[in-house]
Amino acid sequence: MTKFITILKKPVTGTLISIFFGFILAGVILAFAGYNPFSAFHALITGIIGRPKYLANIVVKSTPLILTGVSVAFAYKMGLFNIGAEGQYIVGALAANLVGIFVNLPAVLEIPLVIAAGVAAGALYGALVGWLKARFKIHEVISGIMLNWIALYFSNWVISLEGISKPNTSGAYPIFSSGWTTFLPEWKSTEAAADFMTNHPYLGDVLRTDFNGGFIFAIALAIIASFVLYRTTKGYQLRAVGDNTDAAEFAGIDVKKNIIHTMLISGAMAGLAGALNIAGNAPHAVMQLAAFEGNGLNGLSVAFIADGSPLGCIFSGFLFGGLLYAGQSIQYMIGAPSEIISILIGTIVFLVALKDVVIVLANKLEAREILKNKNNTQDKDKQVKGGVQPC
Amino acid sequence: MLNTITLIIGITMMYATPMAFAALGGVISELSGVTNIGMEGMMTIGAFVGASVGYFSGNPWLGVICAGLSGGALALFHAIASIEFHADQTVSGVALNLIGPAVALFLCRQAFDGSAVTQPVENKLPKLFGPNPDGILGNLNVDMMVVIALILVLIAWFILYHTKWGLRIRAVGENPAAADTLGVNVKLVRYICVILSGFLAGMGGAAVTLSIVAQFSQTSIAGQGYMALAAVIFGRWLPHGAYLACLLFGFAQALTVVLGGGAVAIPTQIIAMLPYLMTILILVLFVGKSNAPKADGVPYIKGRR
Repeated sequence: MTKFITILKKPVTGTLISIFFGFILAGVILAFAGYNPFSAFHALITGIIGRPKYLANIVVKSTPLILTGVSVAFAYKMGLFNIGAEGQYIVGALAANLVGIFVNLPAVLEIPLVIAAGVAAGALYGALVGWLKARFKIHEVISGIMLNWIALYFSNWVISLEGISKPNTSGAYPIFSSGWTTFLPEWKSTEAAADFMTNHPYLGDVLRTDFNGGFIFAIALAIIASFVLYRTTKGYQLRAVGDNTDAAEFAGIDVKKNIIHTMLISGAMAGLAGALNIAGNAPHAVMQLAAFEGNGLNGLSVAFIADGSPLGCIFSGFLFGGLLYAGQSIQYMIGAPSEIISILIGTIVFLVALKDVVIVLANKLEAREILKNKNNTQDKDKQVKGGVQPC
Repeated sequence: MLNTITLIIGITMMYATPMAFAALGGVISELSGVTNIGMEGMMTIGAFVGASVGYFSGNPWLGVICAGLSGGALALFHAIASIEFHADQTVSGVALNLIGPAVALFLCRQAFDGSAVTQPVENKLPKLFGPNPDGILGNLNVDMMVVIALILVLIAWFILYHTKWGLRIRAVGENPAAADTLGVNVKLVRYICVILSGFLAGMGGAAVTLSIVAQFSQTSIAGQGYMALAAVIFGRWLPHGAYLACLLFGFAQALTVVLGGGAVAIPTQIIAMLPYLMTILILVLFVGKSNAPKADGVPYIKGRR
């Protein structure tokens, strides 16, 4: 029993229970709508592990989600709600695109340069939110929402300019192929590669996707962010401000400076997500946007499913990306609307918000257990002392 | 000239109204101490329910009521999570922003043969000056939802600041423990306020799909809920403040429509940025201390200080 309580008290237990009930509820909804939930989940699993290609695509799809998730989680540790990650993602992608069009260097220099441009743009855009909050007390949710729209229209404007806009497309010119992080981009279009892919169906399946090195950055960054938060003075200061701003200020922590720094770092991560998307995925260019793609906004869900833990974002990012990607196969295979996936993810996030219930339950069980043990020992006392009542 | 001015006023009201409904709801919910980030989701479900009930029943007013009820139903989940389970209200709100649009689209595909748009409603909501007025009245011929929003703002302001009910709501948002001591039912007040905010957000959604456009699609609600959230903060948690903030967003949108008319050679994307740039600029110029309700977003647990 004590072991059971210890398991219940672990933060991850609540999350797993949330995910479990999320699936149950999605199944019930599907059943009510007249679809067989089991064939739907079968379709979902097939859509994830059915072919190596699917797994590769899921990794590709999850990469930006992990990064924006870590970005949101990092800022949330300081009590900042970075709803502006979407805009930071957009400017990151745009900056990476522009540098990649106008600078052509060997890959060893080009890739870092393209990525650095995106990181820098996202960082500055994030820091702007922090500065507006520190200097003018503008709530980060307002400035974040406004800057998201500004980024969207700014990006649309820039890529419509002559010399940047690729004729007869709705996007910009792609970046030079030396900036691509796709695995073996040049070799893939050769005849030898075509032969290789036919001979090695599994590897070929993966190579035909946009499978790229971006996810390595994402995982590394989640680890670094975790290290910074829990093992450095800076991270301690951020968390102290997040826990109690007044106390932190009293202890001599410069709150305003830390707000700007946090948003700078958070924005840099969202910008990195945008840059990696340009470097890693076809068409390697920014497209005209009619509405938000949700790379940043979905980061909110990723961060919350992970309970604000950067390392947890690796897991929840893959979960989110996998469900989104495999949701298409639910629609394709059994005809159920793929929106069921968003309902599922939304339900999981909602249940995660409620998961303290599990802790409360664990505490109650523990209290009962302690009481029971006490009674047992009292009974033993009685036996030893020959029936004398303890007072 | 007069024509342009009336045109701007008309467009301002048209853009501002759906946001104003949601923002008003947001103010009420947050004054009672529950943050509501999920207004985008509540608006979307309201937009869908409004359009489809309007289509199937032929009665747009029934559509508005049902839209409100659907928004309120979604808000009920938020209420239970935040009031009963002391959940992180930001997380719960983000979840509703995912669930609302997803449920709306899911139901839409069920009800309209797999299509992601509803059929256009036959009867839209009536206009203020009847179907086809002449001249200046034509520009100012806003739909009835505009009038309703304005009336609701006035009612909300009166109730919140001039009745004992309003005092109770604000007391619960400022200091729930003190309100509790004086016999105010903190939970009940919060439940009513959160559900009401969902009802209003749902009506705001219907204001889009039953009067501005005549059908629901994926883009009917594209960020208005988030703008309403901004309006709540911008308007300093005052019902009339939030309404004015919505008017400002609407005015900036109207400017983009008028400026985009062709006379000026500014790229449309730059003009489209104006509303958002203006908002930030105004906030920078009028630095003020925020007066958020003190217990906003803080769960109330009896007996804990």
